[in-house]
Amino acid sequence: MKRWLLLLALLPSMALAQAMVTRDGVTLTQAQETEAEQIGGKLRCLVCQGESLEASDAKLAKQLRGIIRQQVVAGIPPRQIQAYLVHRYGIFILLKPPFSPLTWLLYAMPAIALLAGGVAVWAVRRGGAPPPPLTDGEQARLRDLL
Amino acid sequence: MSPLRRRLLFGVPLAVAAAGGAAMYTLLGRMRRGQYNPEAFPSPLLGKPVPVFSLPGTGGLPGFANTDLVNMATPVLVNWFSSWCAVCPQEAPQLAELAAKGVPIWGIDYEDTPAALAQFLSLYGTPYTRIGNDKSGLTAVNWGVYGVPETFLIDKTGIVRWHFAGALTDNLVQKQIEPLLERYA
Repeated sequence: MKRWLLLLALLPSMALAQAMVTRDGVTLTQAQETEAEQIGGKLRCLVCQGESLEASDAKLAKQLRGIIRQQVVAGIPPRQIQAYLVHRYGIFILLKPPFSPLTWLLYAMPAIALLAGGVAVWAVRRGGAPPPPLTDGEQARLRDLL
Repeated sequence: MSPLRRRLLFGVPLAVAAAGGAAMYTLLGRMRRGQYNPEAFPSPLLGKPVPVFSLPGTGGLPGFANTDLVNMATPVLVNWFSSWCAVCPQEAPQLAELAAKGVPIWGIDYEDTPAALAQFLSLYGTPYTRIGNDKSGLTAVNWGVYGVPETFLIDKTGIVRWHFAGALTDNLVQKQIEPLLERYA
């Protein structure tokens, strides 16, 4: 009985998930479409390079979106779909570059800048020896002034 | 403030700004001469064999497959183009010159129709000895091609040695393609 109630409660969401949509020449469920959008949103359109594959109107972007959707429908995991495209276009297709020997300098740059700034501040503070003590004449003048 | 320190405070930022300006000037000059393309990125195919594919011929020439690109007598240039590509006619003189020197140039016609291709070839000439027809554009995806024209240099064993996205220039032919053709001859 309890199981049936649960199923009844889940029915509307299941119906929603099963609604079919057609995008870029591929018919898929709404859930599959959402998954495809998540994959494509992280990938760069190689024609209009500031845009994601999902946002671009370029013909190549449309074709790649179609390929992503076909693979989603075929049940290929998102990580593998991403790897399929990286294999062909290189890591440049990833909007967020991965940490690799090619990109470690990019990721290390904030720490390097902070360190360099710290060293510069330390060098400036340390530099310049304390002024020599006042001579007797200067001491006398100081007393007069005060 | 010591005079040295004052001079440094004035000179260091000035030197940094001047160096930045000089770098930008060089960069823009290289872009204008077609030696640097900020949108280009290295092809993952470099140093690897060409992907598996087989394309039918078009434009009255035979097509080719990846199996035709191994065990060759000389390196081959694979040139991706299309009749609708506005930049492609720009490299026609360079391709014609290479073809006249006996460099085999195999074309791949990207998302095109035979009628439009025939017109394109009659206008700009045929430097190609083979033309594969990538009507669907799927072979382009497997090659990592993201526009036309793109040119790949394939060595005699079928390994991709060089790639350029954009129209070929005299400078590219002399400084990059010809030395590589010699090196992999």
